[in-house]
Amino acid sequence: MAQLILGLVMGICFGFLLQRGGVTQHEVIMGQLLLRDWTVLKVMLSAVVTGMVGIYALRIPGLVRLHKKSGSFGSTVIGGLIFGVGFALLGYCPGTLAGAVGQGSMDALFGGALGMLAGTAIYAALYDRLEKKVLHIGEFGQMTLPQLLNVKPWSVIGVLNALVLLFLFILEYAGL
Amino acid sequence: MLSGESKFMSRAANIGILSFAALVVLIWTEGLAAKDPDVTSQAIVSSVWGMKRWSPYVAGMGIGILSWFTFLLSDNTLGASGSYATTAGMIERILRGSKVKQKTYYREHPPEIGWGWMLLVGIVVGAFISAKLSGDFHMEIVPSFWESIVGESVLLRVLVAFLGGLLLGIGSRWADGCTSGHGISGTLQLVVSSWLAVICFFVGGVGTALIIF
Repeated sequence: MAQLILGLVMGICFGFLLQRGGVTQHEVIMGQLLLRDWTVLKVMLSAVVTGMVGIYALRIPGLVRLHKKSGSFGSTVIGGLIFGVGFALLGYCPGTLAGAVGQGSMDALFGGALGMLAGTAIYAALYDRLEKKVLHIGEFGQMTLPQLLNVKPWSVIGVLNALVLLFLFILEYAGL
Repeated sequence: MLSGESKFMSRAANIGILSFAALVVLIWTEGLAAKDPDVTSQAIVSSVWGMKRWSPYVAGMGIGILSWFTFLLSDNTLGASGSYATTAGMIERILRGSKVKQKTYYREHPPEIGWGWMLLVGIVVGAFISAKLSGDFHMEIVPSFWESIVGESVLLRVLVAFLGGLLLGIGSRWADGCTSGHGISGTLQLVVSSWLAVICFFVGGVGTALIIF
């Protein structure tokens, strides 16, 4: 029960930050996909930089454990590309779709959310067949970048954060 | 001479401090409110809570800090798409009874209210609170960008949004995550599948958007 309340409270914080960051706006997401407005990547990348440092720091004394998703080309790449087409048609992603409903965007509720429910139900119906034929093609499991590159996690964090922050400064410098 | 462990700790601390410092510089140069002119003029008259938009870096850092607490307090990650599948399963159970539970997907992901489902409900509530506080809340069915390019037909917008949602639902479950679960929670853990997934989301999304709009 306590965890359900925590989930709700954390969701409220998440929804508040998404809406206030501007990424629940249809035009902001379409602006990103048309490469005119970089708000979505600014929000995502600053969340990733902040989260990464915190999670790997909390991991040193063993306060958190990682939740790695396993991947394969059949699952990650094919699913990711289908997601991308839907992302552009709808102009929201699953999290910002929920946020858009909260701010009064009824296309998100009557179009997007109903579509998401239908889509996930279709996926559940296709799951057995996909599992047998597609999802395990080119499987690489729960690999992390440090494992892939055979270096220490903090080396990856240092280089990755430097590159991401450089990219964000370039965006600002270019006036985007 | 530093021992191996304290050398490691100081390197981790340095990377952390430098990353945060750079983000703070970004926020400081851009300002707390987003730089869109019609937004800042509104922002001057009200408090932080009344600003229509915050800097994307403030929102992003906030989401990053929130992710620490999801790991620390709930041993869980920010993510949204799985809970739509949970909801779909709950609806199917109402319509077709308990045999829905025989489907492999619902056996592996039981359609029951849990932490992630409450998180999704919370997103709706949180966005509502944010929009109400800043006066940004308004009922709308055809977004202005859509209207300027495609037209004002409500039916067309809802149909295309439904189709987009359908593909988003299939794709997010197919890839086992969305822009939150893979794009933020997975990438911040340095997971390869998440970095690959988020690249595919944007390749598919940017490609489709450039072709259609």
